[in-house]
Amino acid sequence: MQKLLIANRGEIAVRIIRTAREMGITTVAVVSEADKSSFAADLADEVIIIGPAPAGLSYLNHEAVLKAALDSGSDAVHPGYGFLSENAEFARKVIAAGLTWVGPSPESIELMGDKSRARRAAIDAGVPTLPGTESALQEGDDIDAIAAEIGFPLVVKASAGGGGRGIRLVEDPSQLRGTVEIAQAEALGAFNSSDVYFEKFVTRARHVEVQVLGDGETYVHLGDRDCSMQRRQQKILEEAPAPGLPDAVRERMRESSVQLARQAHYIGVGTVEFLYDPISHEVAFIEMNTRIQVEHTITEAITGMDLVREQLRIAAGEKLGLTQDDIHFSGHALEFRINAEDPDNKFMPSPGLIKTLNLPGGAGVRSDFGFIAGKTVAPFYDSLLGKIIVWAPTRELAIARAKRALDESSIEGVRSTIGLLTSLVGLDDFAEVNHHTKYIESVLDALGDTE
Amino acid sequence: MSHQIISPLPGIFYRKPGPGKDPYVNEGDTVSAGQTIGLVEIMKQFSEVRAEFDGVLESFEIEDFGVVNPGDVIAVTS
Repeated sequence: MQKLLIANRGEIAVRIIRTAREMGITTVAVVSEADKSSFAADLADEVIIIGPAPAGLSYLNHEAVLKAALDSGSDAVHPGYGFLSENAEFARKVIAAGLTWVGPSPESIELMGDKSRARRAAIDAGVPTLPGTESALQEGDDIDAIAAEIGFPLVVKASAGGGGRGIRLVEDPSQLRGTVEIAQAEALGAFNSSDVYFEKFVTRARHVEVQVLGDGETYVHLGDRDCSMQRRQQKILEEAPAPGLPDAVRERMRESSVQLARQAHYIGVGTVEFLYDPISHEVAFIEMNTRIQVEHTITEAITGMDLVREQLRIAAGEKLGLTQDDIHFSGHALEFRINAEDPDNKFMPSPGLIKTLNLPGGAGVRSDFGFIAGKTVAPFYDSLLGKIIVWAPTRELAIARAKRALDESSIEGVRSTIGLLTSLVGLDDFAEVNHHTKYIESVLDALGDTE
Repeated sequence: MSHQIISPLPGIFYRKPGPGKDPYVNEGDTVSAGQTIGLVEIMKQFSEVRAEFDGVLESFEIEDFGVVNPGDVIAVTS
């Protein structure tokens, strides 16, 4: 691999460029008109403008990205996360053009992208799953009987959904038929497939996940993470390892995730996501994400590995060169997502010119940002500006370090989540791991203004 | 009497609820107050753009997938 095209923007484009440069790989950033003077564009060896601001006409435009790859003489394409990263059709086009796709095979992307097929694969690999239908509902199924067996409340999920999208709650049998009809219509509109399935609903759950890595022969896990602090079903504060899991639960989650990757002949990095019920201590499969995750940094902090380097090495055909015994876990890491949005006003996006950006320093602190002062946050894309990651030998010390690091941080020009995150990390409920995926909504008013 | 429908937000204007869908409304169509005529996307959040008065949608001033700034006229009704 000599020259890598990064089909993404923002902090993940910067993240990938950094590792590629360390490996002596030339980098090509593709940008929209709105991003032509972005921080990623500053750092890349070459910059190619592939279209206007709307992502549908630039970052999601298969032909424009492919043309840039071929015109620039790139030999590999890294899709980052979001955009085209889990698009099997695009992965096929990259491979057909004779380029290296930095990610799992199109078949793996398709398997895990179809949530009912993925659930079936998880069951076959011995991954714990919630009671539910083993595949998509079929015409003529007795849905009342199926639902009664699973029990209420349950959720109707779109097979082609994922990432918290395409989910509807059914609290009692009287809502079942109506909700299924709406869910099928919505799924057809949003995902072009009306396939839906049922799953038991866990009222108060934590979100935990396992990082897996494989080269087609050797498979390892890189530990787990907890991502239960969420707003609008999107993660905002993550930690590794997941705190307070019984050893047997953690072990089963890790081992079965590795087994799922192995049985799927998965190549590269992937994340198996679970719900964890802190009352029953049960874990259950949600989905597998077939890409690098935003929160990969905390896994890097506790393992000392560079996950983007592993992606690039494996994509280039190298072998993993290590086994599970070679992976050592050390300490505790927290990641804070700094978004350009206003926590005091329903997380309203806050684009604009970044006048100042003061990021924290000191031992055990890392900042991964897609922006520097003087850059403009465009209104067209995700609100993630960057991440502050802290590491310390214990969770308690990591929390203390995080408070210190967030206190050092400030942004002028756009509203941000820094204040909210400072409040959240200081809560007793966080220290005692009483939080869950609906926690922020339940305490937002009590926290008061965050600025 | 013509009225301008103005975007309060920066972002991208869409005339359709999704890819492959019909536009919310076409030029020349009758619209009623409160009717959705398009969407503005800002950082993955979608806000509906609505007609303020009953009337006829005379023209769109921003094309589908067009970039809007706060205060831009999206459409004109009469």
